[in-house]
Amino acid sequence: MSDRDRIRWHCRRGLLELDLLLERFVTRHLDALNVHQIDVFKELLAYEDNDLLDMVMGRAEPVHEGLADVLAMLRAT
Amino acid sequence: MAIARRQFDAVVVGAGGSGLRAALQLAECNLKVAVLSKVFPTRSHTVAAQGGVSASLGNEEADNWHWHMYDTVKGSDYLGDQDAIEFMCRKACDAVIELEHYGMPFDRLDNGKIYQRPFGGHTSNYGEREIKRACAAADRTGHAMLHTLYQRNVRARTQFFVEWMALDLIRNQQGDVLGVVALEMETGEVMILQAKATLLATGGAGRIFSASTNAFINTGDGLGMAARAGIPLEDMEFWQFHPTGVAGAGVLITEGVRGEGGFLLNKDGERFMERYAPTVKDLASRDVVSRAMATEIKEGRGAGKDGEYILLKLDHLGADVIDKRLPGIREIAKKFANVDPVTDPIPVVPTCHYQMGGIPTNVHGQAVMPDGSGGERVVKGLYAAGECACVSVHGANRLGTNSLLDLLVFGKSAGEQVVRDIAADVAAMPDLPADAADRTMARLSRLDAASSSGERVSDVGAAMRRAMQAHCGVFRFPDSMAEGVKKILEVAERARHTCIQDKSKVFNTARVEALELDNLVEVALSTMISANARQESRGAHDRSDFPNRDDANWMKHTLWFKEGNRLEYKPVQLKPMTVATFEPKARVY
Repeated sequence: MSDRDRIRWHCRRGLLELDLLLERFVTRHLDALNVHQIDVFKELLAYEDNDLLDMVMGRAEPVHEGLADVLAMLRAT
Repeated sequence: MAIARRQFDAVVVGAGGSGLRAALQLAECNLKVAVLSKVFPTRSHTVAAQGGVSASLGNEEADNWHWHMYDTVKGSDYLGDQDAIEFMCRKACDAVIELEHYGMPFDRLDNGKIYQRPFGGHTSNYGEREIKRACAAADRTGHAMLHTLYQRNVRARTQFFVEWMALDLIRNQQGDVLGVVALEMETGEVMILQAKATLLATGGAGRIFSASTNAFINTGDGLGMAARAGIPLEDMEFWQFHPTGVAGAGVLITEGVRGEGGFLLNKDGERFMERYAPTVKDLASRDVVSRAMATEIKEGRGAGKDGEYILLKLDHLGADVIDKRLPGIREIAKKFANVDPVTDPIPVVPTCHYQMGGIPTNVHGQAVMPDGSGGERVVKGLYAAGECACVSVHGANRLGTNSLLDLLVFGKSAGEQVVRDIAADVAAMPDLPADAADRTMARLSRLDAASSSGERVSDVGAAMRRAMQAHCGVFRFPDSMAEGVKKILEVAERARHTCIQDKSKVFNTARVEALELDNLVEVALSTMISANARQESRGAHDRSDFPNRDDANWMKHTLWFKEGNRLEYKPVQLKPMTVATFEPKARVY
């Protein structure tokens, strides 16, 4: 489980908007994500705050297609 | 149990703008530096700064540092120390140009010089007219600054301890600071980082309020550490608020919404700004709007289940205008308020944004405290810079774009002072007292031993935020503040009995949040008690029972000491370094 604990901490960001959106997402979905989705979520969390927020708010398209599904979940949360 | 120990020339706590700027100064002088950060450095809250950094470069029109100094002194409502303000404004141009040389991607003019734009409160010729003084990198100035400084630190081989939380300062019998006790989140292990210099750069603590624009990491860790170590906190009653943050979230709704014709309603659907500012109504200045909103809520005319917010109506503008003139607002409202402003009003509330007070320092970043005989002495080994420090350049109210300037100028000067002090004091690392980590270990053991019948961290945190918002917010009422002091003392007592269910070691966010709450509570106490005592209105401290500034009695800095919640005061430094004093005048814009 420690991977998920680490992910929870990596949802602490420099931008309040991301703190709020990621907290909501993690509360609702983290435990149910499969191994592949976890990897994609970790990849998303590695983006810089402003780039990630733009993607989550729909102001920017996912950097590559592989991010699209988890990003769609994030946008819908 | 023996605690692991490592030695450094300097430990910097916090890797936002000021921590990175200070660390760079140290690493470039080949000192052995450890920078501790709860999150990866470029995810520090500095990333949220959009507006810019001010410097009188004069690239757009004639400007000079003395005009900038005037604006800053006036903005501070004459509580800023004029020597420190002169120091900062004089160094602004060099600080910005240095950053440019580091590769900061500033916006530019056609002639290649750095572009500058106007910003509220910045004027030419001592208040005559608006001036273009803010340098920016699009709307990502803080982001660009963090990246530039981080890269430069990597080049200088600064050693980062990422996902480490500093817990307490170590002081010896003489009161010298000898390093910190810190927690490595990945392992849950505690370590002593011993150092000749300890520099706190932990940013603000806006999370003490329920309505805050601050990221979750802004828990005032440096302030809590200082308070527990017996170091006072200065001017903690002064917090800058923005009138319209989304209720329950804190995300800002731009003032452009009211500029485009949006207006505020109370629960009865009344456009109440017509009563408070009959001519300009919803376009009145920030403090007037905030005060009116707070009054409506206090008098029971707030909307929502608990009457806790105001409604910002813009549906009458129509979808076309909203989409075209206010891009992004619909998405923000939908995401964070769960309303579509095309059909429904947005719940908003005055929202905390910036902390003017902090750890008292001089212009060299050295922490200072009363010497017991009317003067001031340096706390050997302790330095602070950025939002967690109070130099004081912001006084009772910060001027926009001066926050990024503050962290550049004082991050660097604190770094320079550390280099000088270490060079002058070549003695070996001072010995640690035997009980160096005892207080911290006791705090951790208490948490680990606490039965699950103790107080929940989230409950105590919520009680603290509610009390601060209701009793010590943007507009302060006397009966309410007395009640607030009582409530916050209760919160502090409850915080001594927190418990956590999860006792695991690895990335235990619950433990971190319990430790963060300890820090927030110190900040909340200092704020409430300092605010209750200051019987005047000045800058961001706005009281209904004392509506005017009182220079005869209150032109002085507050110092709050944790022990006994004691207050002392020290004079404002009215004398600049080289120029004449700007005499206090009414602050009118």
